[in-house]
Amino acid sequence: MAADILSVLSGSPNPLTSLNSKRWNSLRHILERPGPFCKSDFTASAENLEALQTVLKILVIGAGGLGCELLKDLAMMGFGNLHVIDMDTIELSNLNRQFLFRRKDLGLSKAECAARFINERVPTCHVTSHFAKIQDFDESFYSQFHIIVCGLDSIVARRWINGMLISMLDYNEDGSVDPSTIIPLIDGGTEGFKGNARVILPGLTSCIECTLDLFPPQVTYPLCTIANTPRLPEHCIEYVKIIQWEKENPFSAPLDGDDPQHVAWVYERSLERANQYNISGITYRLVQGVIKNIIPAVASTNAVIAAACATEVFKLGTSCYDNMNNYMNFNDIEGIYTYTYPPEKSDTCLACSNTPQDLNVDDPNTTTLDDLIKILCESQRFQLKSPGLTTIIDGKNKTLYMSAVKSIEQQTRANLTMSLAELGLYDGASIMVSDVNMPTTIQLILKYHPNEVEMK
Amino acid sequence: MSSPAPKSPEQSDKSRKYDRQIRLWGEHGQSLLESSTICLLNATALGCEVLKSLVLPGIGGFTIVDGNVVTEDDLGINFFLDASFLGQSKARACMQLLQELNTDVNGDFVDESVDWILSNRPAFFDTFDVVIASNLNEKALWGLSDRLWEANIPFIYCRSLGFFGSIRLQIKEHCVIESHPDNRQYDLRLEQPFPALQKHFESTEITSKVPWLLVLNKFLQVWRQKYGGHFPANYKQKSELKEMIRAAMTADEENYEEAIKAVNTALGGGNVPSSIKSIFQDNACTNLNKQSSPFWIITKALKEFVENDNNGLLPLPGVLPDMTADTEPYITLQNIYRQQALHDADNVYRKCQKYLKELGLPEDTISEKTVRLFCKEAAGLAVLRGTKISDENAKSSNILSFVDDLEIQGTLAEHYVALRAYERFVSECGNVPGECYVENDVKELKTVASKMLSDWGVHASISDDLIHEICRYGGSEIHSISAFIGGCVAQEVIKIVTKQYKPIDNTFLYNAITSETTTFKL
Ligand SMILES: [Zn+2]
Repeated sequence: MAADILSVLSGSPNPLTSLNSKRWNSLRHILERPGPFCKSDFTASAENLEALQTVLKILVIGAGGLGCELLKDLAMMGFGNLHVIDMDTIELSNLNRQFLFRRKDLGLSKAECAARFINERVPTCHVTSHFAKIQDFDESFYSQFHIIVCGLDSIVARRWINGMLISMLDYNEDGSVDPSTIIPLIDGGTEGFKGNARVILPGLTSCIECTLDLFPPQVTYPLCTIANTPRLPEHCIEYVKIIQWEKENPFSAPLDGDDPQHVAWVYERSLERANQYNISGITYRLVQGVIKNIIPAVASTNAVIAAACATEVFKLGTSCYDNMNNYMNFNDIEGIYTYTYPPEKSDTCLACSNTPQDLNVDDPNTTTLDDLIKILCESQRFQLKSPGLTTIIDGKNKTLYMSAVKSIEQQTRANLTMSLAELGLYDGASIMVSDVNMPTTIQLILKYHPNEVEMK
Repeated sequence: MSSPAPKSPEQSDKSRKYDRQIRLWGEHGQSLLESSTICLLNATALGCEVLKSLVLPGIGGFTIVDGNVVTEDDLGINFFLDASFLGQSKARACMQLLQELNTDVNGDFVDESVDWILSNRPAFFDTFDVVIASNLNEKALWGLSDRLWEANIPFIYCRSLGFFGSIRLQIKEHCVIESHPDNRQYDLRLEQPFPALQKHFESTEITSKVPWLLVLNKFLQVWRQKYGGHFPANYKQKSELKEMIRAAMTADEENYEEAIKAVNTALGGGNVPSSIKSIFQDNACTNLNKQSSPFWIITKALKEFVENDNNGLLPLPGVLPDMTADTEPYITLQNIYRQQALHDADNVYRKCQKYLKELGLPEDTISEKTVRLFCKEAAGLAVLRGTKISDENAKSSNILSFVDDLEIQGTLAEHYVALRAYERFVSECGNVPGECYVENDVKELKTVASKMLSDWGVHASISDDLIHEICRYGGSEIHSISAFIGGCVAQEVIKIVTKQYKPIDNTFLYNAITSETTTFKL
C-alpha cells in the first residue's frame, strides 16, 4: 500500500503534490530543523515528511463533528494516507458543524462524503472511507494502522475500540508489553463548550476502561416518578416515550426520534400529560432532546478538540515533541480553561490490567445470577449493557445466561433466579463475560470473601 | 380536559439546522449571531479557521481583507484554498470557499492590505461588530488598536507561530447577563423566606410526600430555636442539623434523605456576591445618562430594589431544583417561587421605567421580558472592562505585574514576550526570524527581546531555548495550532456577539508542545 503511493508521488507530474513542493515549507521547518524542545529521539530530516506522506497510515473513527475536523487537520498536517469509518448518514442538524457536508449530501454516508471532500481539496492526502460499524472489522483490519484517532459520541464504541487495541497487545515473559504491538489511540470528546483530548498508549497509560468514571453519568428518572408523580416536563415526555408509546403503538413501529410524525405524537401527548399535572415547560425542542438524548454541539469546541488530537497524532507520527501527558480537559464557558494531567492506569482495569479481575460477592447463597448481572450493569466499574455469562464446570463450558440469542435466552432464563451456590459456582470460579462494550470476553474471578478486600 | 388537543409546532428549517447550538445559546442568542457582521484582516489559515467556526453557526456576514495573492505556501496550511486559485486574490478565494459552507451567510472581500485601508479608508472598520486580525505588523496592530478602541469596536488579535498561539481581546466594556455558570447555585431563601413562602411553610404538614425544602425548613427552625436564632454556618453545625433530620426519619423517606444532602448547598441564596457589589459601585451604574445602555439602567434599578426594597437581597430567580415529592406539593411550591420572582421583576421593571422617564428615553428601550431574565440571572451578571493593545508598549502597562523581576522563564508569560519580540524583530529587520538562517537570527532576536524587556523596565530575560525555538519556526504557521486557536477565537466572538458566557480577560496563551494554556490580563 505504502509502496504504490510512493510511486504515484515520485512519478507525479503535479509539482504541487511532490515532496519538494513549496506547500510543505511550514512543516519542513518543524521537521527538518533540530530544536531545543524536540523529543530526544527526534532526528531532523527530510525523511520525516516523506514518512508522513508515504508510510504512516492513520485511522479516523467517526466522520461527525470531530471526524470532519480531524480529517482536515491531519490532511493539512502532511498525512498522506487516512482511513475513516462511520456508519451514519448526514442529517440537517449536522450542518452547523460538520463542515465537509452540504445540503445536497443529506442522507448520504458521512464517511464517503467526508473522504470525497478531502480528496478533492487536498491533493496530497488520500482518504479511504468505510461506511460501516467499527464492530464490522477485526484485528486484521485494525492492525494495519500506525495510529488510531477517535471522534465519537458513543461510549460503547470507545470502549469497544479500546478493548480491541488492548486485545491486540503481546506481553513479554516478565509481563511487560511488547512495544511493537502497541497502536496508540488518540481520543477526543465534546459536549457543548466542554471537551477532552487524550493520548492512550494501550498497556502503558490509563485507558478508556481505567477511567470510566470520567464520563458523565446518564440522566435517568425513576419509573414510579414518571408514572405517578411527574414534576418536570422531562418526566411527562419519558412517560409518553416509555409507557404510552408501548401501549398505544400509534404507528405500529418503534419510536423513531428522526421521524417528525413520531416526535409530533410524543410532543402532543406529553403536553397533554403536562397540562393535566399543571407542569409547564414542554417545548418541541425539549421533546426531541429527550427522545434522542441529544447532546448540544458547536463548531468551535469540535475545532479545538480535534486540533488538540491532530497535534498529538503529528507528535506521535514524527517524534517531533513528547506527547501530552496525557488527558486534557477543555472548557470555554468562562474564559478559556484547560487542564492537562495523567489519570492513573488502574491495576484493576477490566481491559488493560492483563490479569483476570475479582468480582466480589457478599453471600453466594443469597446472591442470584440476576443480582450478579445487575452488579455488572449498574456498578461504576463495569457499566455493561447486557452481559452474557459462561463458566466452566467440571471441565465443561456452561452458559449461565445470554440474552443476545433468543433460544439460549429461553434455555438459560431459569438460572437468573438461582443463587450462585445453587449454580455450582464456587469461590474462585471463573466467569467469562461478553458484552456489546467489549470486542472480546473478559474473565472475572468470583470472590466470596469480599469484606477484607473491599475495605482497603 | 376541555381544552383542544395540543398541536405540534412547525419547525423551521433554520431551527432544525442550528438545533444543536440553539440548545446552548437559545433563539435569542442565535438571532444576535445572525445579525452580526465580522471582519477578518489577513486570510491566514488561523483567520480562516476562525471564520469557519463562525460561518457554520450562521453569523450574518463577513468581510475578508487581504492584499496578497494565493501562493503555493498557502496551500499547505490553509484549507480554504486550492490550486485553482494560485496567483489570484487570497481574500476572494478564501471568501468563496468559506461562504460555500453556509448559504445563509453573506461573504465579502477587499483585496487591499490592512496598511492601505488604515491610511486611506480608516472608517472602513467602524461598521463591524467584531474585527479579527492575525499576522499584522506592529505599526498596523497599534494603529488598528487605537482606531477600534476609539470606534468602540471589539477587536481580537491572534497569533499562531510554530507550536505557540495567543489570543488578545481588546474591548472597552462588555456586559453579560447570561453567564451560564457551570455549577449554578439555587437561590432558595430559606434564611429569609418571603411572605408567601413563610405562609406556605406554616400551613404545610411535613409528610414523606412533600419536597425536601419543607423538611429542611422544619428542622432548620428546630435547630435555630436551640441556638438562639442563628443559622448553621460551619461543618459541625451543619452536621448536627443533618443528624437531627436523620434521627426524625421513621422509614427511608426519600425527601428526608434529600434534605440531608441539601444542607450543604441550600443556604446562602440571595446574598449579593462581591462581583455584583462592584458592578453596583461602577460609575456607569451610579451615574446614568442619556447614553447609558439598558444593561446599566436595569442594573441601577436592580441596585435600588436590593438596597431599598429587598433587605439587601437579590430578586428571587424563581428556579427550583427537582425534588422527590408528589406532583401537587412540588408544583405548588414551584408556583410560589415563580410568583415571587415575577413580583420582584415587576418591581425592578417599574424602577427601570422611572429611570427611562427621567432620562427622557422611550419606555420600550427596556422590555419586561429582559428585566425578568436580568433578575433571574442577577447573581451571575458580569462586566468586563478591557485595555488597549497599543498600551502594551507603555512602561506603566500591566505587563509589569506578571513579567516581574522574578523568574519568567518556563512560564507562558515568557512566550508572550517571545511572540512580541518576534514582531519587533520583523519591524526592525524587515524579515522573519529564522526564515533562512537560524543561528544568526537567534543572536539578533535575543538582543531585540532583551531591549524590549529593559524598555519595559523589567529585569528579566527569556531563555535561549525559547529564542532558538522561535527562530527554528522561521515564521511557520502550523495548521493544527491555528485550528486550535481558531476554534477558541470563534467562541470568543460568539460570546461577544450573543452577550452570553464570559469572554477571556484578556490575553490567552497556548503552548502545544506541552499542552499548556494560561490567561492573564494585560
Ligand atoms: Zn485500562
